Amino acid sequence: MKIVVASGKGGTGKSTFSANFAWSISRSRDVVLVDCDVEEPNLHLFFPGDTSESEVTVLNPAFDMERCDLCGKCGDFCRYGAIAVLPKQILFFKDLCHACGGCRIICPNEAISETERVIGKVWDAPVDEHLRLISGVLNEGEPNGIPVIKAAKEAAEGNDLVIYDSSPGTACPVIETIEGSDYVVLVTESTPFGLHDLRLAAEVVRKLGIPAGVVINRSDGEDDETEAFCRKAGLPIQMKIPFDREIARLQSRGDLFSVAMPEWQDEFVNLLDDICTRTGGAQ
Amino acid sequence: MKMCITAKGDTPDAQVEERFGRAPFFLFHDSEQDTYTAETNAFADAAGGVGPRSAQVLIDHGATVLVTGQLGGNARRAIEGAGIEVYQATAGSTVREAVAAYRENQLNRIL
Repeated sequence: MKIVVASGKGGTGKSTFSANFAWSISRSRDVVLVDCDVEEPNLHLFFPGDTSESEVTVLNPAFDMERCDLCGKCGDFCRYGAIAVLPKQILFFKDLCHACGGCRIICPNEAISETERVIGKVWDAPVDEHLRLISGVLNEGEPNGIPVIKAAKEAAEGNDLVIYDSSPGTACPVIETIEGSDYVVLVTESTPFGLHDLRLAAEVVRKLGIPAGVVINRSDGEDDETEAFCRKAGLPIQMKIPFDREIARLQSRGDLFSVAMPEWQDEFVNLLDDICTRTGGAQ
Repeated sequence: MKMCITAKGDTPDAQVEERFGRAPFFLFHDSEQDTYTAETNAFADAAGGVGPRSAQVLIDHGATVLVTGQLGGNARRAIEGAGIEVYQATAGSTVREAVAAYRENQLNRIL
């Protein structure tokens, strides 16, 4: 079972939810939690401990100017504008390159080879016997986090139950995180901003054809508009986490509220059961 | 000598476009024949990488001078690498006025 936690709006509590959900259900089964918010991963703050690190690389073209006759075919082919063929030289723009490898294939003179470039890393941390945290970390200054998300997802392959914490928004990183998953939990908050971006995220999930449900975080009890939207969109509201001083206090210290408030552990296990029922599959 | 002017329209009376890579049109002026040729910028609405790709269009046309408003970092690298001189057009001027101003050495060279 692969469950993605997404939101649209930033700051709704995706990471708080993911950390508490993963930890609570891991009391009774093995869980891998994957931080796919590679531009600002922060789940490790909930789970300090030993971490092993591996590099994430992409393949960039290298040009052999002995063989290159400046024909321009690679520059024409590159739809990302990463190669400019000038009258006397070739310019390569690494930040525009999507590492597709097409330029190497298209070159009639075999003048292009590929070299590895490090753009980020994957942290792998055994939190305890049943919970493992994998975090994708994009290096500063790198514009494209997709390969790091792919690497983090790959590191979690082969496990029965994986929770993926996505970045906010509805663009490529979110879609990359959601692709191939069985279920999406959309975390929202009871504000017009939360609802606005929930609509966008719900539309993305609908287009990707993946079943989804909603968790309302920091609920003030006045969620009529969000509830009306969810009814219309056919999205079940599976959990409400109240706007509660004790939860806020624990969260602000970097603690898991489900540890100090154990009644929440049952809530999260029930949520997992509900998701499994809705997807018609075993865990 | 061939010169490229970024433009909002496809005639010499169109206003100069301040942006390089996302200019709707490139007007090429041939100084020997005093003729203008317009080319639609296929990359005006592209998602990214428009600077280097637009620079490639100038290189393919054999332009040696560019008159525009401003250049992004990637476009700058490509234009500079190709040895194309860049001059800044006066805001609001037409393509024809910009060409005249260039001939009278009234434009600031920015690259």
